[in-house]
Amino acid sequence: MITFKLNGKKVQGEEGDYILQVAEKYGVEIPTLCHHKALEPAGMCRLCTVELYDGRRTRFVTACNYPIWEGMEVKTDTETVHDGRKLIVELLLARCPDVPIIKKLADQYGIEEPRFTKEDETCILCGLCVRVCERMGNSAISLTGRGVDMKVDTPFHVQTDVCMGCGACASVCPTGHITIDKIRANISKYDLEPIPSEYDMGLVGRKPIYVPYAQAVPNTPVIDRDRCIHFKTGGCKICTEFCGVNAIDHSQQDEIVELDVGAIIIAPGSKTFDPAVHDTFGYKKHPNIVTSLEFERILSASGPYGGHLVRPSDHKEPEKIAWLQCIGSRDEHLGSQGYCSGVCCTYAVKEAILAKEHSSGDLDAAIFYIDIRTYGKDFERYYNQAKDEAGVRFVKSKITNVTPVDGTGRHLIRYVDETGKKIDEEFDIVVLSVGLMATEEGTELAQRLGVDLDHYNFASTSSFTPVESSKPGIYVCGAFEAPKDIPTSVVDASAAAGVVGSRLSEARWTHTKTKHIPDEIDVREEAPRVGVFVCRCGTNIAGVVDVPAVVEFAKGLPGVVHVEENMFSCSQDTQENMTVVIKAHKLNRVVVASCTPKTHEPLFQETLINAGINKYLFEMANIRNQCSWVHKNDPDAATEKSKDMVRMAVAKATLFEPLEEATMPITHAALVIGGGVAGMEAAKNMSSQGYRTYLIEKTEVLGGQARHLHETWRGEDVQQYLTTLIDEVQSDNNIEIFLNSRITQVEGFVGNFKTTIQNGSKSNVLEHGVTIIASGASELKPDEYLYGQDSRVVTGLELQKRFIENDPALGQLKTAAFVQCVGSRNPERPYCSKVCCTQSIKSALKLKEINPEMNVFILYRDMRPFGLREDIYRKARSGGIVFIRYDFDKDLAVSVEQEDLQVTFSDKVLGRQMKINPDLLILASAIVPDAENPLAQLYKVPQNQDSFFAEAHVKLRPVDFSTDGVFVCGLAHAPKPIDESITQAQAASSRAVTVLAMENIKLGGIICHISPELCSGCLGCINVCPFGAITFDYEKLVAEVNPALCKGCGACAAACPSEAPILMGFNNNQLYAQIKGALSV
Amino acid sequence: MKEDIFEPKIIAFMCNWCAYGAADLAGVSRMEYPPNIRPIRVMCSATISPHHILRAFQSGADAVLVGG
Repeated sequence: MITFKLNGKKVQGEEGDYILQVAEKYGVEIPTLCHHKALEPAGMCRLCTVELYDGRRTRFVTACNYPIWEGMEVKTDTETVHDGRKLIVELLLARCPDVPIIKKLADQYGIEEPRFTKEDETCILCGLCVRVCERMGNSAISLTGRGVDMKVDTPFHVQTDVCMGCGACASVCPTGHITIDKIRANISKYDLEPIPSEYDMGLVGRKPIYVPYAQAVPNTPVIDRDRCIHFKTGGCKICTEFCGVNAIDHSQQDEIVELDVGAIIIAPGSKTFDPAVHDTFGYKKHPNIVTSLEFERILSASGPYGGHLVRPSDHKEPEKIAWLQCIGSRDEHLGSQGYCSGVCCTYAVKEAILAKEHSSGDLDAAIFYIDIRTYGKDFERYYNQAKDEAGVRFVKSKITNVTPVDGTGRHLIRYVDETGKKIDEEFDIVVLSVGLMATEEGTELAQRLGVDLDHYNFASTSSFTPVESSKPGIYVCGAFEAPKDIPTSVVDASAAAGVVGSRLSEARWTHTKTKHIPDEIDVREEAPRVGVFVCRCGTNIAGVVDVPAVVEFAKGLPGVVHVEENMFSCSQDTQENMTVVIKAHKLNRVVVASCTPKTHEPLFQETLINAGINKYLFEMANIRNQCSWVHKNDPDAATEKSKDMVRMAVAKATLFEPLEEATMPITHAALVIGGGVAGMEAAKNMSSQGYRTYLIEKTEVLGGQARHLHETWRGEDVQQYLTTLIDEVQSDNNIEIFLNSRITQVEGFVGNFKTTIQNGSKSNVLEHGVTIIASGASELKPDEYLYGQDSRVVTGLELQKRFIENDPALGQLKTAAFVQCVGSRNPERPYCSKVCCTQSIKSALKLKEINPEMNVFILYRDMRPFGLREDIYRKARSGGIVFIRYDFDKDLAVSVEQEDLQVTFSDKVLGRQMKINPDLLILASAIVPDAENPLAQLYKVPQNQDSFFAEAHVKLRPVDFSTDGVFVCGLAHAPKPIDESITQAQAASSRAVTVLAMENIKLGGIICHISPELCSGCLGCINVCPFGAITFDYEKLVAEVNPALCKGCGACAAACPSEAPILMGFNNNQLYAQIKGALSV
Repeated sequence: MKEDIFEPKIIAFMCNWCAYGAADLAGVSRMEYPPNIRPIRVMCSATISPHHILRAFQSGADAVLVGG
């Protein structure tokens, strides 16, 4: 250590430090222009000149490159220093009169006009660029010439291929003399393009070191090895000098890790169709033609335009936006895919609605489509909302071409509408609704693993084993198997895990280790000893908040016995240190002022457990997410707020009591309600994972709706599959089947249900830990179109039944007609039944196969054979089946004319009345749920507006109910084809096993407790509890909380007039303490 | 906070599951808003009773925000 005097104060620095470094450490400001932390100082600009007294005389030295020595005296702010700097600035101003940074300096030093001859320069010859270029390992530029001719240049003033265009020189240039444009024009021979940001779909650039996106987990920057200069030249590594914790290691290599596994699940996903490859509509040539994913970024608040809806070309608000559907999908031309991507219609509807919401004016949003395929659960309702409420225009059309309108940034879309009329319309933004397709990486992986792919390079699977690949032991999920949306992919994922679980159930727990947990120290009788850890989070917090000031402040708070500052409180070494500190200082309350408890509380609680204290004696002050990050331009206020937040946290923490997490044993058995395909598959899966399963069916047979199905769309025999499945379930000793049974009573909660079932006069009480509801739905029996009156009018399933029975009469038919959407997509049932289009196509093909001479008509509104099912739609069209779009708003009527059936309807294309006289009329009838399903009441699970069961979260928890331990699958959830019912059943059992696999259930510590002394028995809390967790004890006349059902919302605490319910960890006194903490000044 | 301008102190009760998460996300997205809020995380906005709101005003809060 070297001690010297800086402005009269004693300071210390390391041997070899320069004055500037030490001054910086002590917060003494010295102006610089040519200094860069990572580069050797050069003393070029002289602005950092300081006064040095060496014991004999006073000298002027440049602080940046003058090494410190013992006993020296440095003064940075004397009048002479000031005058010297002023002269330097004046000279620089004369040389570069228009450079902003110099002008600003001149202002600071009170110079209005230089006394010297003005030149027209922008370079101050500081040499930073030359030094940084050398550091990059390139030395493409240097200072050339002498004296007044000196300048920064390439050798012989020619463009060079040594310069790689990294832009380091431009980034360090203090005056803006070097720009990327200049490098492009005069220096580098290479084509310089910004690195396109993958997250923002290339709409903006990114750096070689970047956080992939703001919400990335882990939220850690990565180095792009292909772009980082270090990996090209071996130079640079400047980042390592800025990283305060030495976290960057350029020598890291890819590692080969070998794992012993019993199964492999592959989920490599899909990519979107790239319209640039075959120059679709001039995409890439015109900035205002964007893909739907680019448009997502334009709409996003974290996107390139901050969520402001503007055209990429000139950032003006658009007045008209067009979405062109089926880009790269439903098209067999070069580069496109023959299937329907299944997701684009719904996302286009969403984007159009959002665009209208984002627009300040009256945005015209038009979707140009072939068929609108909003077949998913609740999607049709969303489509109707877009059309009827948001005013999105839906234009059934064929696009002829899209041409730019000169000088306007607009595009002219020329299209033919449904009636054949040619129409021209101009739009500000054209969104290409690109489809999904298999990736090269996924294809290559599949080939390496020996997994069969279909003709579109999606994984080949069977409808009956939808997550199993062709290779035993390898499973698939997500859009690798077919184009899929998020909910379906998430269901797939759980299903794959469930099926693997059933195959590997013997291996369960064989690779797990049990963690040693130290005994908990009882701190209840102790006075609070609070430890506060204030995190700098690198510069995330410390860059804005004055962390040392917060530390000092915390030291003065009541109850606080230890405060420390951490670079990263969450790092492993800090965690270990924290454990030591807690023990050493006998801390019994811990406050960490850092980021959000939502992500980091469990980590710190773990540290408390490791230190032997109750994890509920912990509180966080969120001074990053809710302070430094949102107040980055107001450091003083952010520091004050941080102090308040720490005071609030400490005030609350001192009132903490250790909380107990009670455990409850689990009944390791499952109840499955519904003996259809979904129910049986779920039962089979849970049984093979080793759990006793009760299967309840209300009718006298197993099989459900599948009993009426002939073949899947791929041609697989449903009856054969069903027979095998029923056999398997019946012969499984672990599955107990109850036919003709109904559920009459349900008690209990997750882990411990008691369900009473009634079979005639016999009743049984079943004890089980989880419940899967697979109660199904059925085909609507129509009350229109002469159904039930004329035997020639049948439903879709009735025709299937005839196929199963090989009805010879079918061969005699001359004309068959299908009517789609019977009972679906109407005001009474505004949902799409999803399966009927595919089923009608499949049946039509079958009829044609039986009698190729037969005339087959399908009258539809939108044909919705989604995903790969498009293949059979195409086959049907080329096979002579006639598809006619009928006008739903005008009546479709069925009558008998001279004994012939007659269907009268209005053709949408021709715009005129048509008549068909079929021998057989098939009504593609809706799938309808049980409207008065008693299960909803019994298990306290919700139904949607259409009476299908409502899952906890469409995307995140698609087979869970919000009631713990109850799951849903099959038609009870929504209309769906058999493969999706199977996947969902496997997913539901997989989710159920996450409960069954535990020995005990830990009940959260943050729950309500009703103090019986204060309870007046008013029952108010029972009415407000959304979880049915409170019961009334009629003997003691007090309300009681069932800890297994309580989710800790505290609604009862707010409702109670006597303040009898206490929410542990958030009680009133603790909240009051926080309020007081926030407001004490 | 500057002394010449009135800077209110606002007590914000925020539901752990929505508003508090949203406030976190505002940070993650680097949005900016005035530093006048003092957040209090609660497990549900339903737990906030008039007592809490009145207590905040009694203790000197200029405004109370319940986010849930």
